[in-house]
Amino acid sequence: MTKLEHGSSGDFPLIFERSQAGRRAAQPPKPAWESLEVLLGAEHLRAAPPKLPEVSELDLVRHYTGLAHRQFSIDGNFYPLGSCTMKYNPKVNEEAAKLFTDVHPYADPDAVQGALELLHNLQHDLAEITGMDAVTLQPAAGAHGELAGILMIRALHEHNGEGAQRRVVIVPDGAHGTNPATATMVGYDVKEVLTAPNGEVDLEAFKAALGPDVAAIMLTNPNTLGLFETNILEIARLAHEVGAQLYYDGANTNAIVGRARPGDMGFDVVHLNLHKTFTTPHGGGGPGTGPVGVKAHLREFLPAPLIKRDGSRFDYDYNLPHSIGRMRSFHGNFGNLVRAYTYIRALGREGLAQISERAVLNANYLRVKMREIGFETAFDRVNMHEFVAQPPKGMKTLDVAKALLDYGMHPMTMYFPLIVKEAMMVEPTETESLETMDAFVEVLADVLRRAEADPNFLAEAPYGTPVRRLDEVKAARKPVLRYADG
Amino acid sequence: MNLPEALLYSPSHEWSKLDGDILTVGITDFAQDQLGDVVFVELPTVGTQVSARSAVAVVESVKTASDIYAPVSGEVTEVNSALTDAPETLNSDPYEEGWMFKLRVSGASELDKLLSAADYQKIAEAG
Repeated sequence: MTKLEHGSSGDFPLIFERSQAGRRAAQPPKPAWESLEVLLGAEHLRAAPPKLPEVSELDLVRHYTGLAHRQFSIDGNFYPLGSCTMKYNPKVNEEAAKLFTDVHPYADPDAVQGALELLHNLQHDLAEITGMDAVTLQPAAGAHGELAGILMIRALHEHNGEGAQRRVVIVPDGAHGTNPATATMVGYDVKEVLTAPNGEVDLEAFKAALGPDVAAIMLTNPNTLGLFETNILEIARLAHEVGAQLYYDGANTNAIVGRARPGDMGFDVVHLNLHKTFTTPHGGGGPGTGPVGVKAHLREFLPAPLIKRDGSRFDYDYNLPHSIGRMRSFHGNFGNLVRAYTYIRALGREGLAQISERAVLNANYLRVKMREIGFETAFDRVNMHEFVAQPPKGMKTLDVAKALLDYGMHPMTMYFPLIVKEAMMVEPTETESLETMDAFVEVLADVLRRAEADPNFLAEAPYGTPVRRLDEVKAARKPVLRYADG
Repeated sequence: MNLPEALLYSPSHEWSKLDGDILTVGITDFAQDQLGDVVFVELPTVGTQVSARSAVAVVESVKTASDIYAPVSGEVTEVNSALTDAPETLNSDPYEEGWMFKLRVSGASELDKLLSAADYQKIAEAG
């Protein structure tokens, strides 16, 4: 066996590198009464054994336990990864999800009324929270929700005979990359509008971009700079005036949940990231969940089926004559829908409003504290649930991020949005305590002190992590995507 | 900041060099420095008609992916396909070996809107 060029010697051997010929963790029983050739037919037998690592059960357990100990998660550490809303996921969600492990999606509706009631109630709650009229729970992630939303908008325009005329989707230059990607996937041309000096959509540039060819405008509010679009009502009015639909990217809903509703701002379609705002597992712990809400005029285009209520009985509603079709098998990521519903019912209306209140308070506290110790903020105004800072001049955000690793803190989002140089996008979320945020500021101050005392300190960081600086350039230019034997 | 006087510049960090009616386009030394190590380049198709300030190419670095805009309207006549296998050339030699594409200029009046090295430097430093 050869080692990978980006070898793990001194770090952590790959499971293949632990392999010793002939060693086994388990021996599958051989049928005693007949040979495999007779049972399967000789033509179905492999000529050579598969190239699997040969390890004992203990080797195997130690390997994966060792990897598990390197896990970095919100349960263990502060994780201010901007735009991702890495808030604590309450354990009661898991208890609730466990109650449904025996339910099968093909079960007769009469046998799973409780599960259907939960889905129905969640549709209703999410519609109420976003100010929409109907909700699909199918999409499996935020970007998947975007795709569903823009497909519905396209179907609406086609239904109105304007499919050929409306070819353009407008996105701000600070948009999440998924917005232009979604529009392109659906076959639209993307038109970018610039950000004004105050950090909001440039209203004049927006007006200039509008026209009868515009199918939709995709906005995040607050935007990716963490700033509320104060012209949103005017933007909605202008969009509707030219017959365009207004799409709400729900990535930043944590800033407004319980206090403001996209539907009231004039948005026609909304996706939510349940794995952000509504505490379902996130990232590697996924899968994501991206329900989409629409105003009444788009209801008949929703992916079928919805869950409907007839008196006290719940059932599937396939009566959506212009449905864009299924976006996902069965009911989406059902386990996460249970988790999100649990979270919403545990907090109630008052609790939901406290989420955004505290998320915004925490983010503003960190913005002011970071300014005090020498970081810049791209826009010096009150932000929402996150903000974009910059390191002191001459310092690279990447280096600051690497240095944070030695302190057991996850770095902020880096180099996004693209419109701010050396962007550091910080989102503490509402679940972090004052002490944790103060500790983060103290760590950042320590990084700055050490950088000043030793010019090489930052360039060499991190020092105590299992691996030091990785060669990101080589990883991107010459990626090794699987273990190569020989 | 290395900004050759003989070139024209766009606020979106492209340089242009006019030779007859053919405009050669690349990214500035400032742009490559800001992007960091370039790992991927997507070039336009020869024969494509492009309009001024429309996105025609993509440069991806370890930090970010950036659109590259056509400085003026025209037709793509040639692309530097060597960049596909050696995107690092954009970092090492942005003004010579790292040129990206050539346009046959149709919007000659748009050339007047391009910037001198001195004016571009002001924008780059302020940005």
